[in-house]
Amino acid sequence: MFGEDVVRTYALATTRSNARTVTPRISMEPSANGSFQTHRSRRKRIGILLAGVLFLATIFGVVVLVTLLVDVVASGMPWLDGRFLDSFPSRNPGEAGIKSALFGSLWLMGLTALISVPLGVASAVYLEEYAKDGWFLRLIQINIANLAGVPSVVYGILGLALFVRFAALGQSLLAGALTLSLLILPIIIISTQEALRSIPSGIRENAYALGATRWQVIWSHVLPMAAPGIFTGVILALSRAIGETAPLILIGALTFVPFLPRGALDQFTALPIQIFNWTARPQSEFEGLAAAAIVVLMILLFTMNLTAILLRNYFEERRAGS
Amino acid sequence: MSTPTSSPPAPADDDTTAAERPAQDLRQQVYDSPKEKFIEYVLGACALLSVLTTLGIAAVLVIESIPFFQTVALTEFFGDTQWTPQFSEKHFGIWALLAGTLLVTVISAVVALPVGLASAIFISEYASKWVRKVLKPSLELLAGVPTVVYGYFALTFVTPLLQAIVPGLGVYNALSAGIVVGIMIIPMVASLSEDALQAVPDSLSQAAYALGATKYETVVRVNVPAAFSGIMASFILAVSRAIGETMIVTLAAGATPKATLDPTESIQTMTAFIVQVSKGDTPQGTIVYQSIFAVGLVLFLITLALNIFANRITLHYQEEY
Repeated sequence: MFGEDVVRTYALATTRSNARTVTPRISMEPSANGSFQTHRSRRKRIGILLAGVLFLATIFGVVVLVTLLVDVVASGMPWLDGRFLDSFPSRNPGEAGIKSALFGSLWLMGLTALISVPLGVASAVYLEEYAKDGWFLRLIQINIANLAGVPSVVYGILGLALFVRFAALGQSLLAGALTLSLLILPIIIISTQEALRSIPSGIRENAYALGATRWQVIWSHVLPMAAPGIFTGVILALSRAIGETAPLILIGALTFVPFLPRGALDQFTALPIQIFNWTARPQSEFEGLAAAAIVVLMILLFTMNLTAILLRNYFEERRAGS
Repeated sequence: MSTPTSSPPAPADDDTTAAERPAQDLRQQVYDSPKEKFIEYVLGACALLSVLTTLGIAAVLVIESIPFFQTVALTEFFGDTQWTPQFSEKHFGIWALLAGTLLVTVISAVVALPVGLASAIFISEYASKWVRKVLKPSLELLAGVPTVVYGYFALTFVTPLLQAIVPGLGVYNALSAGIVVGIMIIPMVASLSEDALQAVPDSLSQAAYALGATKYETVVRVNVPAAFSGIMASFILAVSRAIGETMIVTLAAGATPKATLDPTESIQTMTAFIVQVSKGDTPQGTIVYQSIFAVGLVLFLITLALNIFANRITLHYQEEY
């Protein structure tokens, strides 16, 4: 029959090595008057139906996001005012605020960035610009991919054993920042590697041809050109760090902290911890407080994400334009 | 390498090495200079840190679990179906926690895998350029929502909603937590599956169209099967993520470990147990405290196995095209 062989060959080609025989579902039987019926209108209707289902499924995510935001803003808004931002946590909902949590989160983010960015960028530069192909490079790459999939609570266990107890840092900001740094290091390394890979090799060869050393090539040509990509990755990684809760609970940050940290070795609380604490309480007033703290955290996160997205779009357009 | 050509006659002893020496000197002084070597070693040490992290995780989990397994036999750990470390009559049967984890993971997979794959197909094959420009960032935003916020959402929004549909549903239940964990991993499935669909060469779908296939037939019978291994990898990674998810289940699924597969019951996952112990004032050195390392070890091994499996599939499919 017409096309049967072509369809079969082609179906075999698409299913590749696993030689499943695919019989065409398109019915091509002659109808009563002998002409072929391809049922185009029925097949088109099925197509439209599928497109509709796919669209609804895609929209589901957006609907959930909007519902979540509306729900949080609606229950949090009555509590969100200057007093809330400028008060310490309290057992009395009317007096409770997020001052120490907000400062704790900012401290934590700053310290985490200071630790993880140099380490992550250095690792990526080594892997992309220095390391030779071989088992060592493959081992590190596979290892980084696997580290990115380790549950955050396991990083918390590592932080508890290594930083809190072994290094005797206690439940300090530094212990928290070190734990979060290990957590986001794979993200920074992977995104920096992608940024470095996108720099044309001609740039490096030009610099080498002019007599630059390897480090000069990297420091004054490759890194500046890759900077926007690296920044985008770093911002996204830090926005992951600022929302992490489980590792901080593991290292013991779930405590009552009615003061501002003055140094890296001070005890601290953070926004996600405060949200967890309030959400877990049965009284409904604390639910409102949790929602208000979520609004603050989400504003912080959206600002960071938006910066990253805008940065990426701006530099992509500029590169395309030049 | 430059060779001396028609230069004016130079003293003989200089001329002998003129061809060789400058290149060697340059290499030694500039390219292999102590400074350059030092930089290379420092950067290499940073890269090695990631391997040390993995070793550190493995070492901490194994070493800290040893005292636990000296008290609790492996046969009890894998044979008992009760997990009651806080009771006077202690049972350490990991199955109670594994069942809770499995229940939440299955519910989340039922939500996330079809929806995530459908989103990926829509964004990759159907959406126009500007629709994609709106949808992709909003999925990225959904992926950026902290898990504790999802936990709040599960407890204060999804659970009351479900209680209106399912009569007699408790405040803490596996269903609500599972659904929200599913919502959390939708962006992951969508984005990884979309990458796999994008990697399918255009010529395949062009060939299908040339044979008279409709769009739906092309997508369902050509593009999706061709991207099958990548889609599978995204499913496995998402399931691994669901297994390791902590805050949603801590807040919404309850704290009663039991070997049940009833989604309306209050259960406890491995991750939630770890958080429950560490947020309390459990003294160091007690058997309860030691148990979090043993549970952590089981959790780490399961997710590691799944991740390695997914990466193998991904490598396989990258070689394909």
